[in-house]
Amino acid sequence: MMYLIAILIAILVFVIVVQIGKVNELAARLRGEEKAEHDGNEWNARMMLVFLVGFLAFAVGTSVYYYPYMLGYGPNILPTIHGPQIMQLFNITLFFTGIVFVITHILLFWFAYRYRNSKDRVAEFIPHDNKLEIIWTAIPAVVMAILVVFGLVAWNDAMSDVDADGEALGYVKVGTGDVENGTKNYIEIGATGLQFNWILRHPGRDGLLGTKNWQLITGSNQLGQDFKDSKNIDDIILDELVLPKGHTVRARISSRDVLHNFDIPHFFVKMDAIPGMPTYFKFTPTMTTEEYRDHLSQFPEWQVPADPEEPDGPQRWEAFNFELACAELCGKGHYSMRKIVRVVTEEEYNAWLDQAESTSFYLNEIRGTDDDPFLSRPTLQIEKRIREREAKKAKPAPSDVPAPTPGDTPAPEGQPLEGGETGSIQPLNSGTVGTSTTTTTVGNAVQSTVNSATITGTNVVNSATEAVQTGVNTAINAVNNAANSATNAVNNAVETTKEAASSAADKAGDAIDKAKDKAGEVKDNLLNNPK
Amino acid sequence: MADLKHNDGLLVEEYADYLYDGFHDHHHGDKYQTGFISHYIFSMDHKMIAKQFLITGMFWGLIGGLMSLVFRLQLGFPEASMAWLKPLLGKWITISEATGVGTLDPQFYYALVTMHGTILVFFVLTAGLSGTFSNLLIPLQLGARDMASPFMNMLSYWFFFLAGAVMFASLFLNTGPFSGGWTAYPPLSALPQASSGSAGGMTLWILSLVLFVVSVLLGGINYITTVLNLRTKGMSLWRMPLTIWAFFVTAILGLLSFPVLASGFFLVMCDRGLNTSFFLNEIYVGGQALEQVGGSPILYQHLFWFLGHPEVYIIILPAMGLVSEVLAVNARKPIFGYHAMVYSIMAIGFLSFIVWAHHMFMAGVNPFISNIFVIFTLIIAVPSAVKVFNWISTLYGGNIRFNPGMLFAIGFVSLFISGGLTGIFLGNSAIDIPMHDTYFVVAHFHIVMGVAAFFGMFAGVYHWFPKMYGRFMNDTLGKIHFWGTMIGAYAVFWPMHYIGMAGVPRRYYSFSTFDFSNQFAATNEFITIAAIITFGFQVIFVINFFYSIFYGKKQTTRNPYGATTLEWTTAINPGHGNWPGGIPAVHRWAYDYGKMGEEFIPQVEPVSEKEKEFDEAHPH
Ligand code: HEM
Ligand SMILES: [Cu+2]
Ligand SMILES: [Cu+2]
Repeated sequence: MMYLIAILIAILVFVIVVQIGKVNELAARLRGEEKAEHDGNEWNARMMLVFLVGFLAFAVGTSVYYYPYMLGYGPNILPTIHGPQIMQLFNITLFFTGIVFVITHILLFWFAYRYRNSKDRVAEFIPHDNKLEIIWTAIPAVVMAILVVFGLVAWNDAMSDVDADGEALGYVKVGTGDVENGTKNYIEIGATGLQFNWILRHPGRDGLLGTKNWQLITGSNQLGQDFKDSKNIDDIILDELVLPKGHTVRARISSRDVLHNFDIPHFFVKMDAIPGMPTYFKFTPTMTTEEYRDHLSQFPEWQVPADPEEPDGPQRWEAFNFELACAELCGKGHYSMRKIVRVVTEEEYNAWLDQAESTSFYLNEIRGTDDDPFLSRPTLQIEKRIREREAKKAKPAPSDVPAPTPGDTPAPEGQPLEGGETGSIQPLNSGTVGTSTTTTTVGNAVQSTVNSATITGTNVVNSATEAVQTGVNTAINAVNNAANSATNAVNNAVETTKEAASSAADKAGDAIDKAKDKAGEVKDNLLNNPK
Repeated sequence: MADLKHNDGLLVEEYADYLYDGFHDHHHGDKYQTGFISHYIFSMDHKMIAKQFLITGMFWGLIGGLMSLVFRLQLGFPEASMAWLKPLLGKWITISEATGVGTLDPQFYYALVTMHGTILVFFVLTAGLSGTFSNLLIPLQLGARDMASPFMNMLSYWFFFLAGAVMFASLFLNTGPFSGGWTAYPPLSALPQASSGSAGGMTLWILSLVLFVVSVLLGGINYITTVLNLRTKGMSLWRMPLTIWAFFVTAILGLLSFPVLASGFFLVMCDRGLNTSFFLNEIYVGGQALEQVGGSPILYQHLFWFLGHPEVYIIILPAMGLVSEVLAVNARKPIFGYHAMVYSIMAIGFLSFIVWAHHMFMAGVNPFISNIFVIFTLIIAVPSAVKVFNWISTLYGGNIRFNPGMLFAIGFVSLFISGGLTGIFLGNSAIDIPMHDTYFVVAHFHIVMGVAAFFGMFAGVYHWFPKMYGRFMNDTLGKIHFWGTMIGAYAVFWPMHYIGMAGVPRRYYSFSTFDFSNQFAATNEFITIAAIITFGFQVIFVINFFYSIFYGKKQTTRNPYGATTLEWTTAINPGHGNWPGGIPAVHRWAYDYGKMGEEFIPQVEPVSEKEKEFDEAHPH
């Protein structure tokens, strides 16, 4: 039945179309072909002008209508550092192309109208004009050169990698964020695409993502994290990406199966995810989600219920979130790889990390099982921290500050190892044995301590840090051999620290003491927990 | 039409002076290809092969267009029931027990998108466009009896036909046709575990396209050889119409780039069947870690786009050639800046080989490399701009007849401007960060390539229909077709710029998973309705086409448009060999319109003394 109707309709359409054609041909013959031809020509010539006006009006009208929708326009400001730079380039390009678009269209349709056929005229013979042609080759060439220059500057800015001497952070130091230039130190987060989801990973307190291996992937170990690498111990698998405002973020993007693309539209962040080859995208959020919502709340189109079915529910601006999507066709669920990106203040971020730490995949799924390479370690630093935190929470002291404040970095000193105490991981290039994780963590801790104590003693800090690092490395080395030599090594470290400190300004003394304490703690630690 | 063509009606006797006997040994009574099969099916006549390409292309155009309507329905009316499509699509429509609402399977949505892209890019706009008009016009406009190798020419069509048949068969596979996008990036395209379309569907897809590459190469070699060797007396390269220049450069591009595509496909086949890992590395899929390591998916992208970018010019250059010719004939003016036009075709052709990585700015290639590709990409805009300015200047001072061919040619220029300008945004890698793989790109390439190339094709079909069938297509229907398509195409694709600028990625089955894309329900509805209406106008074209073959207004004069080129010196229905007796010799370029007060001077007319003086005064 349905087919019958369809066929009938098709025949009907056919007949109508043919009739329209025929009738017009017939009418033309009646009126005289010449006149019909002339009338038709005039009509189409006029339509050229109508179309020109209509088209330009359509272009302008739709631009106005869609103004509040487009990123970089209207309410949709761009909350990253490189976003507005690219938008500027976009607008420069729009300026030039807009001029060309309008002029060429006016000329095209105007000439078509103006030079419509007339019996009394023969067309002019104008085969070419060298001067004109040189001009209109040169002008686009110059414009393109301008666009290339601006474009490449913006591109190389946007795609530059993180600062070579920047450090990967877990916690951030409150007050160090910079929404104009980004920060030298950065947070490296991992994003792995799979059909059809993103697995997001925070490096934890050590700031370092642990190694992963696709052959280790299981139903629960979705990334194939290699837990022999102690950097994995504190890595957190996230439901949503949490980032501090003003701090440079480096996304390390990869894929488990097919190509995906890590796309955060509002941030102008986009990079393919490729199996077997990590890619990177560096960016710095300049607004928190809350700030962005506040900003949106000023615009009437955002002051409507987010869900039209629920008029009393949250407003659109209240429900706003930055979203992570996939922008490379990856199969039938490609359109559904959604994750939320939440930008928060530094304090909130640190507090969040405090809490999130306990959700480390290793702690919850691997610790204590047969797969745990650190089974022999009764207590890991991370466990100790979590326990302490819980204890504090159980009986909050009045002095307790829930969120860390400037100067009081939440990285508690004397926690050199995230569990890599076995020291069996990777040799450092210095020849001493240790893990890079360990070194950096210690370095971090010491550095922040010293920072808080002194402003001017940078040199001291560096030498102190180095000293302690050497010390700790040596210590680890020693532990591997024998407990005795460990003591010696740590003593050495303390000595070195002292030496370094003695050559420094007064204020730095404080810091050195702390460093010394730390070295002492290292020693304690190592002694308390012999292999 | 009479007043517009007061110079027509050149009869064969009038040409008698101009014919020369280049091919005297090649006399043929018409015993040649008289049987039905040898005439209509396994024909070796370039004109018949051209028609075969055209009609096959139209068939695929309709199929590809209908596919797009189905997925547009999904986007425009995501809530509406598709149960009525169940009889056609079968298991790809799931009907909910509870509500009776039929939904389109996302897997099939992606299959439709993929087939739509593949079919339109390769079967319609490559074979249907370049195949049709290179075949029709190269011998006719150059004064050749046929292609250099009519047999290879026939093979070229039949390989194309086979490619189509294989692709068509893949539509009916249980696992569905290939669904990984027309670019077929591995690993998705290499792993059946990752997508059911990558099983048998992909095998047939590759087989089909390899057959297609063979077709393009057979055709291309023929076009090049014919242009280089079979030009009639006096037809120097610099006297060739721009159509021929465009087909010539197109064929060279195809010859150089399609083999690279084929090599990419072979490597994918190896990865699929022979456990190699050219493109696979550290993959965990279907609950299993693959053993294949060490390959790079990016390598495939280089191979693909080394074809892919020239391919877009393989599509647009013939359209440019047709448009140049139609504009000049109907403006009754020489094409402005003929030499500049030829050089810009060459420049575009050359540059199109060194810009491919602009499709890969965000693909994880070293950002430094992109710098170089940005520079070359934006340089391409210069010859493109020159062409646009020259087309516009061709209209200046003309005496324009708005027949459907001309209308589509003017529309082409508008579309090429609109779409080319967005290319300048995308070519700047920094802007490509937010725009890559969004609807902005969809808008860009549909306007500049999809619709514009169709306009070039329509201009060609309306203009040369009399040369193919000895009749005219209906003028009124042609004009309705034009205005409907012009307005409709912009209505469909213009708003997509804004969707893209809001950050919405392309190839999304549903807009409602994300907040940032969920604001475009009304826009999508509008686009879908516009697409359906625009498709309706194409139906008018198809009806007009087939109706006119049999019942169109008869062509009564040889040269109805008062054109200068050689194809209009042949009989109204030229037989095999094109010119009975001798072949016309050529004495001038193809664009003597309005010269010295003459409406037009055909290429076959010798240059008079008076004219020589004129030429010295106005060198071109
Ligand atoms: C002014 C000259 C042009 C420039 C600078 C340009 C630039 C670009 C760039 C950079 C892209 C990649 C966008 C992305 O994926 O992020 C692109 C895509 C594309 N362009 Fe152009 N383009 C130009 C003209 C053309 C022409 C003339 C055609 C075809 C006739 C064309 C067809 C395409 C196609 C088909 C795609 C998309 C392919 C895909 O990803 O599926 N472009 N263009
Ligand atoms: Cu995807
Ligand atoms: Cu390209």
